[in-house]
Amino acid sequence: MSISRLGDLDVYIRSKNAGPFWVTIDIFCGSRETYHEIDASGVINATGIADLYGANSNLVRIFHVEDLNVLKISFPRPYPQGHARDRDQHSGQYFVRLLDLTLPGKQA
Amino acid sequence: MTDAAIQRDLLQMIPAQLERGIPLIIGSCGTCGSNQGVDNVATICRSILKELGLSARIAKIYSEQEPAEIETYLKRGAVAPLAPMKDLSVETIRACRRIVALAGHIPFVKALEAGADIVLAGRATDTAVISAFALMHGFPPAPAWHAAKIAECGGICTEDVQLGGVMIDIDAGGFTVEPLHKENRCTPRSVSAHMLYENSDPFKLVEPGIVLHVNEAVYTALDERRVRVTGATAQETAPTIKLEGARHAGYQTVSFVGIADPGLLANIDSWIEALSIHARKRIAGVLGYTVGDYDIDFRPYGAGALNPLPAGTVPAEVGLMVVVTAETQEKASEILKLCNPLLLHFPYKRNAPLPSFAFPYSPAEIERGPVYEFCLNHVVEVNEPGELHRMVIEEAGQ
Repeated sequence: MSISRLGDLDVYIRSKNAGPFWVTIDIFCGSRETYHEIDASGVINATGIADLYGANSNLVRIFHVEDLNVLKISFPRPYPQGHARDRDQHSGQYFVRLLDLTLPGKQA
Repeated sequence: MTDAAIQRDLLQMIPAQLERGIPLIIGSCGTCGSNQGVDNVATICRSILKELGLSARIAKIYSEQEPAEIETYLKRGAVAPLAPMKDLSVETIRACRRIVALAGHIPFVKALEAGADIVLAGRATDTAVISAFALMHGFPPAPAWHAAKIAECGGICTEDVQLGGVMIDIDAGGFTVEPLHKENRCTPRSVSAHMLYENSDPFKLVEPGIVLHVNEAVYTALDERRVRVTGATAQETAPTIKLEGARHAGYQTVSFVGIADPGLLANIDSWIEALSIHARKRIAGVLGYTVGDYDIDFRPYGAGALNPLPAGTVPAEVGLMVVVTAETQEKASEILKLCNPLLLHFPYKRNAPLPSFAFPYSPAEIERGPVYEFCLNHVVEVNEPGELHRMVIEEAGQ
């Protein structure tokens, strides 16, 4: 079976505010194998995340929490919490955009 | 939380606290930690004590800051920005509706040392509320702060987050965490994963005067339910206190329209673009307001308001929310009322028959009142860790 989307892998992804100016997204991979597969694919990178969310790529931070098989991403919110244009006050739905990321070499 | 909900919780905690002599510590009273929030919770405590015929020493820790006071720190060069913010300006300080400072453990220790039975604090870090008691008794900072971070959200560090809170047992070498509910479990995974929660860096936690590093932390299952944690390290830093502040960002009026017309939904992006251009022209032509005078935001919930739709997707229904923000409520409503005929009928292509949309309520506009946005993400370097927090002690009850 060919898997193309990050969201089709065995992952649980959540997003939250880390204070009113930062978003943090945790990708819990169901296994070490999935963790390595996602990490090695290179889809989680600062430039790609910056493009996806309109963030400054210099401030995008990516962490490898190997003990938990977690890839963690943090970046400044496009608008501060409470801004007239803020549509997601607690950043609860920021993770959804990652579900459609395609792993290279895995096109369906 | 409503007063009724706070009262219900305190009705359980206050008699138990007094009976067992265990201090009751509450941080960020009223959620944002304003002075008013502290006073409100104190009023509820007093009425409970009176009702139960009990008495207690209440310490109130106030976190609100006078803008003029923060300006003096700024002039001394004692205020630094946290990313992504830039240097703080006097204008931003003055624009804040309220400024609060996040208390670390020191104000709590002072309150406990003054013999408080109940400590009610304004804005405080969630962890300081929990670490203060252990730190006061001389336990080392690494296990105290690490335990506090793990326990800050109660059951979130357990396997079944619906089953309530946890008990932590701190000692000199580490801490043990155990769920209160007998059917719930803490596992090395559930406990260590909490370091990620609402924290931008999973390996470190920045608190007033301290940075906790957990790269080397070890999480060991003691049995099916309990986890032992060791190996964190704490690095002392200059005493800095973080500020939070929000400024008034205008008044909002909103309207909501339901759209199920398949022809329009197939062209929703271009329709919204045309609607937006037309609305702005009308607002300028009829009311004389230019783009800088107001903000109008068209949010097509169901068609990419939060996340882009995959190409070629046609949603079955879309709720279009129109949000106008302006300097007065009257102006925001005036602008949205002017858009109302467009929301009633606006074709998706020239010469198409006029469509009609579904209004879920009448009148179509809802006034949301003032809106506030966070604008401070700065730290103040202080000489003494408690200097931004004022304590008042009262004997309450009989």
